[in-house]
Amino acid sequence: MYSQALNNAPAEPAADDPRFQARIDAEDRIEPNDAMPEAYRRTLIRQISQHAHSEIVGMLPEGNWITRAPSLRRKAALLAKVQDEGGHGLYLYAAAETLGVSREELVDQLLSGRAKYSSIFNYPTLSWADIGTIGWLVDGAAIMNQIPLCRCSYGPYARAMIRVCKEESFHQRQGYEIMLTLCRGTEEQKAMAQDALNRWWWPCLMMFGPPDTLSPHSDTSMRWKIKRFTNDSLRQKFVDATVPQGLHLGLTFPDPALRLDETTGHWAFGEIDWDEFRRVLSGDGPCNRERLAARRKAHADGAWVREAAQAWAAKQAAGREAA
Amino acid sequence: MPEPTTTLWEVFIRARNGLSHRHAGSVHAADAEMALQAARDVYTRRGEGLSIWVVPSAAIVASDPSDKDSLFEPTGSKIYRHPTFYEVPEDVGNM
Repeated sequence: MYSQALNNAPAEPAADDPRFQARIDAEDRIEPNDAMPEAYRRTLIRQISQHAHSEIVGMLPEGNWITRAPSLRRKAALLAKVQDEGGHGLYLYAAAETLGVSREELVDQLLSGRAKYSSIFNYPTLSWADIGTIGWLVDGAAIMNQIPLCRCSYGPYARAMIRVCKEESFHQRQGYEIMLTLCRGTEEQKAMAQDALNRWWWPCLMMFGPPDTLSPHSDTSMRWKIKRFTNDSLRQKFVDATVPQGLHLGLTFPDPALRLDETTGHWAFGEIDWDEFRRVLSGDGPCNRERLAARRKAHADGAWVREAAQAWAAKQAAGREAA
Repeated sequence: MPEPTTTLWEVFIRARNGLSHRHAGSVHAADAEMALQAARDVYTRRGEGLSIWVVPSAAIVASDPSDKDSLFEPTGSKIYRHPTFYEVPEDVGNM
């Protein structure tokens, strides 16, 4: 997206440059070749690339069920959804590249384990109901996070998020439809749906990141309008939107503290196990090793294709020169 | 170590005849044919277009954002280039 290499790098403003902040405050969008503080650039590269990695790794838990989808309709939808996630990863890598980092560098960061991705994709998909739950909850939480990002101060990221959000709403609806079908089915099917909700609920709440009191990057990101809402406020929005959907399915949430607060109109929920969050994020979740191993294998297995493509392009170019 | 960088291509899509091609995003590909295929896969999964252009990003010449004022500001004061600058009596009707 946009040829970032064309212009000389403009003089770089300081992180607290009042003119840069004034542009942000005036809701002006920052574009690739504009002057920006180094910390703004670094923060965006980190956030956009983590987001891209999450989309790419996020293909794995669902890809696990493509061959075992219960009907052709479900299989076609799941294939389309996983393909979308791949596309979302590519939109986001392209947005990160406008900040002066190369695609190869970003892929290398993921494969070498230096880059982080969303903790949620380190949990296993044990039954078909997990596919329903991922669409309904994981994509639901992602949409909550992504809608405000459509107004992010950095233009290419905001534009990528608009595309992503348009496509993401099918994901959530297809997931909820799977849950609805299971919950209207046999006792065993409903039990399967309940079991999936029990396992995914808390990890989904963790997707919004650490509580505001412990969130290391929140203040600056809010000031720069990269983020529009805090982790805790998005988490609350998600709980408020999701609990009635779960009750409609006739399912129960694995949280005895969950109750509607009549005075605020919000659903109050119990304490999140932040130790588990930190464990999973630092590499010790149920599937971290498996996910990275799968990505490394895919990358290594594709090496000959990349080499062949380059060799073919070089040969064609040489042929044109000779002619 | 990261592998060598493949060419970056900018993707432009015509949504339907009657509209111009519009920038949609970018893709990496070794040559033009693969860039077109990648652009089709990445940017037109839902009938977004009838025609795709791919252009090597390095072939685009862009104006420098720091020249913005000298390039575009002078037109800001030329309000006589807009129809509303001119007065036409109301009873003359639409013009």
